[in-house]
Amino acid sequence: MTNRVFITGIGIISAVGNNVVQVLHSLRNSISGIGDITLLDTVYKNILPIAEVKLTNDQLIKMSGTPHPLKHSRTSLLALIAAREAIQNAGLNMKDNFRTGLISATSVGGMDKSEQFYRDFYKDHSKGRLAMIVNHECADSTEKIAAELGINRFVSTISTACSSSANSLMFGARLIKNNILDRVIAGGTDAVTRFTLNGFNSLMILDKDGCKPFDEHRNGLTLGEGAGFLVIESEEVVQRTGKKVLAELTGYGNACDAFHQTASSPEGNGAYLAMKKALEVSGFNPDQIDYINVHGTGTQNNDLSEGKAIERIFGTKIPPFSSTKAFTGHTLGAAGGIEAVLSVLSINHELIFPNLNFSQQMKELPFKPVTHLMTHVKLRNVLSNSFGFGGNNTALIISKA
Amino acid sequence: MEAYIRSTGNISPQHTAAPHQFLNTITEYESISLNCIEPDYKDYINPVMARRMGRIIKMGVAAARICLKDSGIDVPDAIITGTGLGCIEDTEKFLISILENDERLLPPTSFIQSTHNTVSAQIALELKCNGYNYTYVHRTLSFESALLDALIQFAEKEAKTILLGAADEITPNSIAITSRFGMWKQKPLNNLDLYNTIGKGSIAGEGAAFFLLIDEYRNGDMAKVIGVSTLFDPDGSLNLNNEIRQFIRENGLAPNDIDLVIYGNNGDIRYDSVYDHIRNHALKGIPAAFYKHLCGEYFTSGSFALWLASKIISTQTIPDTVLRDMEPPGTINNILIYNQYRKIDHSFILVSKC
Repeated sequence: MTNRVFITGIGIISAVGNNVVQVLHSLRNSISGIGDITLLDTVYKNILPIAEVKLTNDQLIKMSGTPHPLKHSRTSLLALIAAREAIQNAGLNMKDNFRTGLISATSVGGMDKSEQFYRDFYKDHSKGRLAMIVNHECADSTEKIAAELGINRFVSTISTACSSSANSLMFGARLIKNNILDRVIAGGTDAVTRFTLNGFNSLMILDKDGCKPFDEHRNGLTLGEGAGFLVIESEEVVQRTGKKVLAELTGYGNACDAFHQTASSPEGNGAYLAMKKALEVSGFNPDQIDYINVHGTGTQNNDLSEGKAIERIFGTKIPPFSSTKAFTGHTLGAAGGIEAVLSVLSINHELIFPNLNFSQQMKELPFKPVTHLMTHVKLRNVLSNSFGFGGNNTALIISKA
Repeated sequence: MEAYIRSTGNISPQHTAAPHQFLNTITEYESISLNCIEPDYKDYINPVMARRMGRIIKMGVAAARICLKDSGIDVPDAIITGTGLGCIEDTEKFLISILENDERLLPPTSFIQSTHNTVSAQIALELKCNGYNYTYVHRTLSFESALLDALIQFAEKEAKTILLGAADEITPNSIAITSRFGMWKQKPLNNLDLYNTIGKGSIAGEGAAFFLLIDEYRNGDMAKVIGVSTLFDPDGSLNLNNEIRQFIRENGLAPNDIDLVIYGNNGDIRYDSVYDHIRNHALKGIPAAFYKHLCGEYFTSGSFALWLASKIISTQTIPDTVLRDMEPPGTINNILIYNQYRKIDHSFILVSKC
């Protein structure tokens, strides 16, 4: 258990860019990915904004380079693109002898195809093209991308709602530390679907004007889609291959709020416990955290609960913090992976990304997020929060290598 | 890595929910799918809560309650679960609601409960358990991933008590879809004839099984898990005989230390040959047991197999209905469970006498 875990590659696709370079450009220039619905077939076109990846499935197929274009759901294509970028970024040779695993995460798997299948199926059970429902299981995209990327032996998939991919990184790190694997490609993926759009809409937590995290007048989240994957490797692999390290995954913690299936406790118990645990694992004191990429969905409930939990951990010395969800939207099962990638970019480029759409400080909190791009900030340690339904709360600490 | 099994709770198509029964009577079905024999939920769940819960959630919460009842543990340090398909009844309800109401004025309950970690979260909510809470959703490796995580938690000394479990449910729609995939037999059959009905397809099943795991032996523990391994083999390139031998060796045993192997044979001629090959090579001469005629085929049936192994070891009896060929040895010290899905996802679990 002395093994350190290093991040050696990152890959991302989201509404603010189809790769790391494009995403960084958008974040530096305050270009949000939130806009009108253009691809999703829904009655909420021009009514609810979302953060879509502005590429059709055919365009994603081309970009992914898959030899099996008909086999993939949108969820799977997004994952393939981001995971492939992470592997290339890390310069991995998949034929070497290091024990390599893939741990992916998703909230609704191949739902984008399942809901098309159901249109025909639900009135007549002999109808509906089976090719549309074979992708339904959460493990489907994991196995398809693993096979295409040349990963065998170890695969797994986690689904804990909106903390899913933070949890896949945490599990990956623990497998490395416990000498079960040498290297893990970990992250998550979710396509935007009618299922999730209508689900959050039925809960009345979608902001018609786009999300305003940590603002007094915040009115809900904005749904997004995308995938974020990271290559994490053991200290030994890094030493033996002499490879360049992007950052270190130093801390992680998961806790359950055990308060309500969808709402967070007012005092942010689960969030507090997750951050506390991540600090413990890393061995850092709160004052060694230089930036928090908060979960910050823009719902009344999350931001208040998370804010209170942050106050409990950091007291009066609140580090700079921002939510990047007004850029990417809330990408659900992909959010933890996407925000881990953004945390690595923050450290490597010495940037704190702004919390867009903010105008007024919340009356319950004595602090407010960073609203303008900060440059040349030396970040030692970044805390990244991801919280989900079922009170599933995860905090990661990513550190300068 | 090891974990002691303190207690179990198993809701299945057999009478397994009563804690002191061990397959004393076998329930027969004439069907292509086996549904759980559900307990009276008011014994385990507040009726007001139960009314809102989907069936898989009730099965999961009740199985967890049954498990904890005999364990002497009120609140575990962690809850780790596996589910292949999650809460599909609520998923279907919400999908149909979207279509029937043209996306307008939808009640949120089925969406809320459709989330894959609902069972795990509801148990945490019932127990007020703030600890580590994970849900693995990887087909036939879902429960086995959760078990691996639990063993690592103990190795890391992060937990002393873990509630480990799995749940999957059948719905009429899921049977309609999977039947069209050719996963099940064409005609209803007696579940006890599963292995004698040669042809494609198996019988569908479901279940919820929970285990209270502890890090150190306490008097009365049922068995201990000493190893688990999952293997993804998309192109059939792995030599499974070698993999099994290596797995047994890595856990400090030799094949002839294994007293019983529980195989996941499901009567589907396309895939049972994988088990038969292992049985005739790496594990030749070791008594075999099958279990899927009792619970059907489903992604987390490995949890039923672990329940069976725990019961066999703790009672030192092997029910006739599961034993396949040879007479078992006098003492059952080590049981290997081997399950696989479509020759792609394989898992091994080693269970030993405490």
